[in-house]
Amino acid sequence: MAPDQTQEVALRADHKLEFPYVRATGPILGRFFTEIRDNGKFVGIKTSTGRVICPPVDVDPDSLEDLSVEDMVEVGTSGVVTTWSWLSEARPKNPLDKPFAWALIQLDGADTALLHAVDAGSEEAMSTGMRVKATFIDERKGNIHDIACFVPED
Amino acid sequence: MRDIAIIAFGQTENKRTERLLNEAEMIAPVVGDLLKSVGLKRTDIGFTCSGSSDYLAGQPFSFVMALDALGAWPPINESHTEGETAWALYETWVKMQADEEIETALIYGFGRQSMGSPREVMTLMNNPYLEAPIQPDTISQAALQARVMIDKGIATEKDFAEVAVRNLKHAKSNPLAQCSGDFDAETLLKDPTIASPLRKHDCPPITDGACAIIMAAGDKARELCKRPAWIRGIEHRIDVQALGQRDLSECPSAKLAAEAAGVSKGKVDIAELHAPFTPQDIILQKALGLGDDTVINPSGGIHQGNPMMGTSLVRIGEVANRIINGEADRGVAHGSQGPCLQQNIVTVLEGE
Repeated sequence: MAPDQTQEVALRADHKLEFPYVRATGPILGRFFTEIRDNGKFVGIKTSTGRVICPPVDVDPDSLEDLSVEDMVEVGTSGVVTTWSWLSEARPKNPLDKPFAWALIQLDGADTALLHAVDAGSEEAMSTGMRVKATFIDERKGNIHDIACFVPED
Repeated sequence: MRDIAIIAFGQTENKRTERLLNEAEMIAPVVGDLLKSVGLKRTDIGFTCSGSSDYLAGQPFSFVMALDALGAWPPINESHTEGETAWALYETWVKMQADEEIETALIYGFGRQSMGSPREVMTLMNNPYLEAPIQPDTISQAALQARVMIDKGIATEKDFAEVAVRNLKHAKSNPLAQCSGDFDAETLLKDPTIASPLRKHDCPPITDGACAIIMAAGDKARELCKRPAWIRGIEHRIDVQALGQRDLSECPSAKLAAEAAGVSKGKVDIAELHAPFTPQDIILQKALGLGDDTVINPSGGIHQGNPMMGTSLVRIGEVANRIINGEADRGVAHGSQGPCLQQNIVTVLEGE
């Protein structure tokens, strides 16, 4: 039988779990992050059918062949919101520490979308199809945190 | 193909927080009662397989500790799936097809979401370079999917609320339910959004719980159970991980899995859908080709309780139990994991 389930007799201990992985980005995502860090630009990757996937992938989803850095092409730093959600309370490790929108953003010249935060000020300022542009932090390190967030264009 | 059936299913009460029992202590009574119900001893079981996630327990190799519930000495024939337990049942089914000496198998799943913050923990299923570091919580990701459905005119916020109303109504007849009751959509829609357009009622509860199933092959199943729930089809498929590369209003992998499992080969009396968020229930009904003649989530689905990692096995068990007790002749159980229904498994069960 289960022991008496009262909160008073339960011992508690805080436990912090960490898996301190070190990951290599590989040539393709490596180039994606390097372009953001060094030039404040985004690059995608062109598939065998001519689609541009951004963020780039290692394997062509259309042909299932390996892609290479030679297939990478520049896309815009602005794009269109294809879907979004207003988060009324930001979570601890989000890009912004105030209410903001998560959005899928299809950058100009790309056929797929990137997931990131949009700092729009209020939910009323958000809409599907709106144009947004990327903002970057000053001291960039070559990872996703180099993108500060997206903001409405104009 | 060897005929394999589910002959028994059991689970703990769905609880918001299990304060005192560890995983092994949660599992032991479920497994013990289940073995007793079919007249087997633990040493009779030919193969054992579990499903869980170290990330939920916050403890590496948590499944090893859970083995204490079984008394794995002398050594037993055993395996584990890091993830939802429906995939552990699939592994067991494959194993039983390959090894005819295995006549019975035990599958169990468990999870204690209360140990951490599931909205963040589950972002570890996203891309580790692009998405997981900025932690797009699970509710926000499901909200992106919900918005696509609204924008495309497939469903409204009221349709989402109706899914919750139906699940919580069905849950009233589930004695192990964590949440249940009579609600109306208009009232629910007055609540504020958590991640627009989703509200609290669109989201699954946080649950601690464990569950188990016993499977048996051919005549052994008929010997141990009056009306076994035979597995007529079981298949799983996967969509691309990145949300930005998918049409989120559809679920191609669930559709492919349903076709491969043979869902449409007969009338579907009942279906249990592993749809953590209400819009996903609507997507899955379409992907699985379910019509008005199918009762969806007779147990209350995930809205009545979500013992994550065991949840997909509960879906199979709830369908199996209704076939075993004669309430239904043919049913479909769906399981999923990964962001926004990325991975899907479909099981078709039938009575004789």
